Amino acid sequence: MFNTLAQKLSAVFDKLANRGILTESAVDESLRAIKVALLEADVALPVVKTFIQNMRDQVVGEKVVKAVSPSQMVVKLVHDELVKTLGDSRALNLAPRRQNVILMLGLQGSGKTTTSAKLALRLQKSGAKVLLASLDTYRPAAQQQLAELGAQNGLAVLPIVKGEKPLDIARRALDEAKLTAADALILDTAGRLHIDAEMMAELAEIKRLSDPAESLLVADAMMGQDAVTTARTFADAIGLTGIILTRVDGDARGGAALSMRAQAGVPLLFLGVGEKADALEAFDAKRIAGRILGMGDVVGLVETAIEKVNQDEARKTAERMMSGRFDLNDLLSQMRQINKLGDVKGLMKMIPGIAKFSDQIDKADISNKTLRRQEAVILSMTPRERRNPDIIKASRKLRIAAGAGVSVNDVNRLLKHYEQTAAMMKQFKKMGPAGMMSLMKKMGGMPGMDSLMNNDALASLNPELTLKGKK
Amino acid sequence: MSWLDKLKSGLKKTAGLFTARTFDAASVEELEEALIRADVGLTATRRIMQDIQSKKSRESDEIRAAVGRVLVEKMQPVARPLTIDAARKPYVILVVGVNGVGKTTTIGKLARQYRDQGLKVSLVAGDTFRAGAVEQLQLWGDKTGCRVHAGKPGADAAGLVFDALAASRKAGDDVLLIDTAGRLHNRADLMDELKKIVRVIQKADASAPHAVELVLDATTGQNALTQVKIFQEMVGVTGLIMTKLDGTAKGGILVALADAYPLPIHAVGVGEQADDLHAFTAAEYVDSLLGGA
Repeated sequence: MFNTLAQKLSAVFDKLANRGILTESAVDESLRAIKVALLEADVALPVVKTFIQNMRDQVVGEKVVKAVSPSQMVVKLVHDELVKTLGDSRALNLAPRRQNVILMLGLQGSGKTTTSAKLALRLQKSGAKVLLASLDTYRPAAQQQLAELGAQNGLAVLPIVKGEKPLDIARRALDEAKLTAADALILDTAGRLHIDAEMMAELAEIKRLSDPAESLLVADAMMGQDAVTTARTFADAIGLTGIILTRVDGDARGGAALSMRAQAGVPLLFLGVGEKADALEAFDAKRIAGRILGMGDVVGLVETAIEKVNQDEARKTAERMMSGRFDLNDLLSQMRQINKLGDVKGLMKMIPGIAKFSDQIDKADISNKTLRRQEAVILSMTPRERRNPDIIKASRKLRIAAGAGVSVNDVNRLLKHYEQTAAMMKQFKKMGPAGMMSLMKKMGGMPGMDSLMNNDALASLNPELTLKGKK
Repeated sequence: MSWLDKLKSGLKKTAGLFTARTFDAASVEELEEALIRADVGLTATRRIMQDIQSKKSRESDEIRAAVGRVLVEKMQPVARPLTIDAARKPYVILVVGVNGVGKTTTIGKLARQYRDQGLKVSLVAGDTFRAGAVEQLQLWGDKTGCRVHAGKPGADAAGLVFDALAASRKAGDDVLLIDTAGRLHNRADLMDELKKIVRVIQKADASAPHAVELVLDATTGQNALTQVKIFQEMVGVTGLIMTKLDGTAKGGILVALADAYPLPIHAVGVGEQADDLHAFTAAEYVDSLLGGA
């Protein structure tokens, strides 16, 4: 649906055909392309304007005029400026030997309760004693939600007293934290509109009472232009110390992160990346900058790969691949590793340089479902057939198809897929590791590809799938 | 306070969106920016700008009136409330959407509306995943006097829905409102689960679900387009409900959606109370989008 900035910039520079230098008109056109890219990524208009002004000053500079590949250069400049603007993360500011209060606040439905539990789990894992308390007496069953999350994850939650008002709950929570010598008390407040005067006054009162070490705005990564107003109003009325961006596991470009960072003037601290209680990561500006530019989420890809892939098995497969031996058992193990990584299409789109082929990826018959069907085909083969796919002829195919509940066509497709992969493995062997790297680089041609390629975990990615996107 | 007042009071808190009167380069740019700041998006904004340029009848015409006309014309066809077909008993409404958009609250409000019309309504707590979701719907059931079908936490939602549909039919319900767990549209596994719920409903009643309502959050930006596209492909969305329009977010993405998909906008949510759900009307929406007359 959206063209990436890299694509647009290439178009700008293609039109200017091999000038090799950045002319004034190229600068203007580039800046327009950047503006469009940022707006499509939901960066708020006033923030875009400031950003473009900063970019103009840099792009017009000497450095770029002499650049050999202007489009790559501009993409890099934009990326660097985004990283700079998004700023560094920092650890939570918790003082030793006292009950540090962490106040969680934000609009309705931004993910405060889930994030409160995630944060508590993270702190508890780092050795802190944590107490959670829900001050949300407005949304039905909000307090029960936090209590359940606590029970599920072994977290201490202040017991619910029916009919108690938010401020009274806060007082009781503070007492309890002191009594149990908790290091941190996380106060989960009710979602509220930043223009609801009464509710904002309540929040200010809670803050005054609890004197928090951190006041964190929890905000949805899918937010549009209004992110500026929300962040600014909460910052002005309550005072913030940081922002947590949730639902980063969605496919929104996340421009709201830039808007809020610029408007609230406080750092982004964490990213919510899933529904499970451990799906909270430290904020990483490079990662979000890449997403905003549609350049793919390299760090996310590598992290997912490291987390989910069985390293030993991946190494074994890689070794066999490099030695040129590759049978259906290897293919099976490879497919299973990929399936473990989650949604195959989503995964592929995280690969830098592949983003521009996202339409083809959508159209191509690649999905976890097809992977599972292929797995069923291999599982219907005898061990001997898996080791020697050559012996699989007509009658064996019929049996395998019947066993897997698919058509003979599906069996043929799997065998063809195997042959192609095996042929590629042979080629990799001929090229050696260095040759393989250069091939991969040609495919990517984007910053970040090197670090990606150095990672062992990537060996487990099916090269046939990775290459398909390039066609 | 009427819902329109609420809309307007929310909008008033932001600077006057659009004040220009005449057609000149500056006011055209101002208009363009106003639309972008309302989350209308670049593509739809450009199309509107073209429409305005071509439909501008006379030079003295006020630009505000011209853009108002173009937008109302665009939004009118999608401003259609959800009508319950009395021949379907129960009329099955499946409510879907990403996390945190307000599905459960919307179901509570719909339940109140249908109860006020004298209909017999049951609710299904199909969100068996999120902690507290069942309790939340149960409280809405108590508040609106509707029976709530619920299973054990973590239970198979499709199985629960199947049983609830049978029970609802037996009880002679007019409407069955099914809540589902929030899910990001890029999670293939969760979307498969939703498809399974639809298949199971169809098994029990081939004509159901009679409505599949996608709930959208007014604060959402351009990602709403992808949400509609994927939910539409996966479970055949029949209508949209936009929530949280009582804030400063203008929900301009609805204009882009009207441009891209001909889905009716069945209702808008403007608060947390049971009666804070209203029919979507093009003129009032456009009025609030442009910051009042």
